[in-house]
Amino acid sequence: MNLVVPHIHYLAIMPVIVLFAGSVVLLFATALVRTKVTTVVATGVTSLAALAALVLTFFQWYSLDQHGATTTVAHAITLDGFSVVATGVIAVCLLMATLVGHDWAVREGVVGAEYQILALAASAGAVLMTQANDLIVVFLGLEILSIALYVLVAFDRHRRTSAEAALKYFLLGSFASAIFIYGAALVYGGTGTTNLSSISYFLGNNVLLRPGLVYAGGALLLVGFAFKVAAVPFHLWSPDVYEGAPTPVTGFMAAVVKVGAFAALVRVLISALGTQLDTWRPILWVLIVLTTVVGAALAVVQRNAKRMLAYSSINHAGFILIGIWAGTVRGVAGTLFYLITYAPTVVATFAIVTLVGGLGDEQHDVANYRGLARRQPWLGASLAVLLLSQLGAPLTTGFYAKYSVLASALDTNGASLALIALLSAAIAAFFYLRWTITLYSEESVDATRIVVPRATGVVIGLGVALTLVFGIWPGPLATLAQHATVLFVP
Amino acid sequence: MHSSLWLSALLVVPVLGAALAALVRKREGWSYAVAVTASSVEFVLTIIIAFLYNSHVAHAQTFDFATRHVLSAPFGLAYDVAIDGISLFLVVLTSFVVLVALLGARDRRREPAFVSWLLLLTALTMGSFIAHDVLEFFIFFELTLVPSYFIIAQWGGAERVKAALKFFIYTFSASAFLLIGILYLGFSHQHQTQGALTFAYGALAQTQMTHSTAIWLFIAFAIAFAAKSPIWPLHTWSPITYAEAPTAGSIEFSALLAKLGSYGLLRFAVGLFPLALPDMRPVVLTLAVIGILYGSAVACVSRDLKRFVAYSSLAQMGFITLGVMTGSKIAMVGAVLLMFNHGVITAGFFLIIGFIEQRRASIQIRDLNGLQGPAPVMAGLFTVVMLASIGLPGLSGFVSEYLILIGTFATHTWWSVVATLGVVGAALYLLWAYQRVFHGEAVGANATMADVNSKERWVLVPVVVLIVALGVFPKPVLDRISPSVQQLIEHVAPSGVSK
Repeated sequence: MNLVVPHIHYLAIMPVIVLFAGSVVLLFATALVRTKVTTVVATGVTSLAALAALVLTFFQWYSLDQHGATTTVAHAITLDGFSVVATGVIAVCLLMATLVGHDWAVREGVVGAEYQILALAASAGAVLMTQANDLIVVFLGLEILSIALYVLVAFDRHRRTSAEAALKYFLLGSFASAIFIYGAALVYGGTGTTNLSSISYFLGNNVLLRPGLVYAGGALLLVGFAFKVAAVPFHLWSPDVYEGAPTPVTGFMAAVVKVGAFAALVRVLISALGTQLDTWRPILWVLIVLTTVVGAALAVVQRNAKRMLAYSSINHAGFILIGIWAGTVRGVAGTLFYLITYAPTVVATFAIVTLVGGLGDEQHDVANYRGLARRQPWLGASLAVLLLSQLGAPLTTGFYAKYSVLASALDTNGASLALIALLSAAIAAFFYLRWTITLYSEESVDATRIVVPRATGVVIGLGVALTLVFGIWPGPLATLAQHATVLFVP
Repeated sequence: MHSSLWLSALLVVPVLGAALAALVRKREGWSYAVAVTASSVEFVLTIIIAFLYNSHVAHAQTFDFATRHVLSAPFGLAYDVAIDGISLFLVVLTSFVVLVALLGARDRRREPAFVSWLLLLTALTMGSFIAHDVLEFFIFFELTLVPSYFIIAQWGGAERVKAALKFFIYTFSASAFLLIGILYLGFSHQHQTQGALTFAYGALAQTQMTHSTAIWLFIAFAIAFAAKSPIWPLHTWSPITYAEAPTAGSIEFSALLAKLGSYGLLRFAVGLFPLALPDMRPVVLTLAVIGILYGSAVACVSRDLKRFVAYSSLAQMGFITLGVMTGSKIAMVGAVLLMFNHGVITAGFFLIIGFIEQRRASIQIRDLNGLQGPAPVMAGLFTVVMLASIGLPGLSGFVSEYLILIGTFATHTWWSVVATLGVVGAALYLLWAYQRVFHGEAVGANATMADVNSKERWVLVPVVVLIVALGVFPKPVLDRISPSVQQLIEHVAPSGVSK
C-alpha cells in the first residue's frame, strides 16, 4: 500500500496547530510537571496561543494579498479571506473568554489548567470548521469543538444544573452529530465526493435525475447545523445549557460556536450546494422566520439573565442566517460582519453576567441587576451599551450588523423576510430595555459593590470599545468583511 | 453656498455640552450652567444660520450649507448635511425650544444626567433635520429613541417605565417599516444605475419605480412617520408618554420629536414617492381629518392638562398632515409654518402646565379652579398661548391654519370643510378647559397659589413675542419657506399638483 502525503501549505493550518499545540502543551504540563500548573500559567499560555493565532491571521491576510486564496491538504482545507477573518474573530473571543475565565476560576477556587486546555481545543475545532472544504473536515472540527464544550459545560462541579446541562447538551449534541454525518454520507452517495468544491462542480455539471439522495443529505446537514447554532425548532437545548454552564463558558460558547458553525454553514450551503439555491432557500426562509420570532418572543417571558441571553442569541442566529439566505457575496459579507461584531459583544456581556453572578455563580435573576448603574456607573453603562448594541440601536455595531444582513436580503428580493426579522427585533427590544432600565432603577436589592477584577475589566472595556468605535465608524470592518469573500461563491 | 461647518457645529456643540455636563457632575449646579451655555450657543448659531441662509442658492436648488462625505462605501453610509427653507425653521425651533425647556422646566433630580440626555437628544433631533441622506436621517431618527427612553423612564411620573417601554417599542416597530423601505429604495436605485450603493436624497429622488412599488414604499415610510407625528390611529402611545414624561421631556417630544414625523412625511414620503400621491392622498387626508376631530373631541373630556395638550396636539398635527398632503403650495407653506408655530405654542403650554404642577403638585383639571384670581399674569400668558392655538387672527396660529385651510379648500374642498369644524372644536375645548382651570372662585390650595415669578415670566416672554410677531409679520419666514416648497412641488408636480 502506497500512502502519498499531500502537499501542505503550513501557513494555512498554522492557527489550528498553534491552538492545538497550546492545548497539548498544557495537558502534558499538568501530567508531567510535579508542582501544580497554576491558573496564571495556564491563562498565560492560552492568551499567548490566542495572540499567536491572531498574529498569524495577519500573515495569512498578507499571503492572500500576494498569492490569492488557495486550498491545501488535498483540497480539504481552504485559505481564503473568509476563513482568515473568522479565525481572527475566534482568536479574539478565545483571548477574551480566557481572561474572564481566569478571574472566574480565581473567584470559584478552581485549580488546574483544564478550563484553558478545553477552551484551546474547542477553538482549534472552530478554526478548523471555518477552513473546512470537505464534509469530513467540517465534521472533525465540529466534534473537536463539541466534545470540548460538553466537558466545559459540566465544569462547575458544585452546581447540579451544570452537570444536567452538560448531559442534555451531550445527548442532543451527539444526536445532531449523527444526523450531520448521515447527511454527509447521503451527499457522498449522491455526488461521489465529500469535497465541497467537488460537490459544487458535480452538481453544476450534471443534471440529477433523482435528486432525492442529495436533497435528503443536504436537509440532514442543515438540521445538524441548525442544532449547533440553535435555530428554532432545534433550539430546545440552548436555554438550559446557557443557564447551566459556568457563565464564562456560556459566553465562550455563544461566540465561538456561532462563528465556527456559521462559517461552515456558509461553505456547505453556498459553496457546495450553491447550485441548489432555489431548493434550500425556502426552507431557510421558514427557519429564519421561526428563529427570529420565537427567539424574541420567548425571551420576553424569561426572568433569568442567562436564559434571556440564550433566547436573544437564538434571535441573533436568525438574523445571521439571513445573510446566508441571500446567497450572494453581499450576504456572505453581511453574515461575516455580523459575526465579527456580535461575538466580542456577547463575550463582554457574559463577562458582566459572570461578575454579577457572584460567588457560586447563581445570582442571575434580572432583579439582581437592580440599581447596578446607580452604584457603579461605569459597569452599568457598559452593560447598557452592550445590551443596546444587541438591540440594534444606531451608533453601536449591533445596528450595522442588522443593517448589513437586512441589506443583503433586500438586495435579493427579501423585503418580507427582512421586515419580519426586524419586527422580531422590536419584540426583542422589550427585554433588552426592561433589563437596561432595571440597571438604572432607584431601589437596589443589596448594596454590595461588585469588584471588577483587572482582566475581566479589560475584556469588558474591549467589548464596549469595539461596540462603540465601530458603531460610530463601521467603515473599516465593513470593508474588511467585503474583501473577505469566500473562495468558492457561484 | 455657505460652509457646511455651520451645520456640523450644530451637532458638535450639544454633544460637547453633554459630555462636559457629565464631566462636571460632581459640582453642584455646574452641569446646568454648562447645558444652558451650550444651548444658548446653539440658539445663536441657528439664528446666524437663519440670516445667512440664501433661499436662491443655485438655479432650482434651494439647499444651502451642503456637504457630503462617504463614510463606508459597502454600506452606502455617508455624512451628508444641508438645509433648505423647510428644515431651516425646524432647526431654529429645535434650538429655541431646548433653551426654553432648560430655562423654564429645570429638573433638579440627578440634574447632570438629565441635562446630558437632553443635550444629546437635541443633537440627534438637529441631525435628523439637517440630514440630507435618507440612511443618515434614519440613524438620527432612530437614535432619538434612546435618550427619550432614558428621560421618560428615569425622570417620568408614576407610570414612567410602562410609558417609556410603550413609546420605544411603538416607534421602534414603526420605524422597522421605514428601514426596510429605505433599503428597498436604495437597492432599486443601485440596480438601475449599476453604480455604488447610495442613499443621497437627491439621487434617490430620481429613482424610477412602478406605481405599485411607489405605493408600497409610501406606506412603509408613512407608517413610521404617522406613528411619530402622531397621526390617528397610530397615536395611542402619545397621551401616556406626554403625561408621564417630565415637563422638559414633554416639551421636547411634542414640540420637536413630533415634528420629525411631519417633516419626514413631507420631505421623504411625499418628496420621494410622487407616483403614490394620487392614490394615497385621500387616505392620509381622511386620517388627518379624523385625527383633527377625534383629538378635539377627546381633548374636551381629558382629565389632566398634559393629556389635554397631547390630544390637542393630535388635532394640530392633523392640520399639519392636511397641509403636507394636499399638494397645494399654499397649504404646504402653511404646514411648514404650523410645524414651527405648534412647536412654540406647545412649548408655552407645557411650560405653564409645569409651573402649575410645581405649585399644586397636580395637573388634574378637577383639582384646579379659579387660578385667575391668585395668578393673573399666568392666566394672561396662558390666554395668549391658548388664543394662538385656537387660531385668533393676529397671532401665529391663525396664519398657518388659514393657509392650510384655503390651500386645502382649493384642491380638496370637502376635507377642508370638515377640518374647519376642528377649528371650532379647538375653540371649544381650549376655552372650556381655560374656564374650568382659571375661572371661578379659587378654593383651597388654589386660592393661595403663587403667580409666575420674574424668571418664569422672562422664559415665557420670547414664546409670547414669537407668537405675536409671527402672527403680525410672517413675511420673512414665508419668504424663506416658499422657494423650497415650490422646488419640492416642482419635483412632485407631474403627478398632478395644482398651483
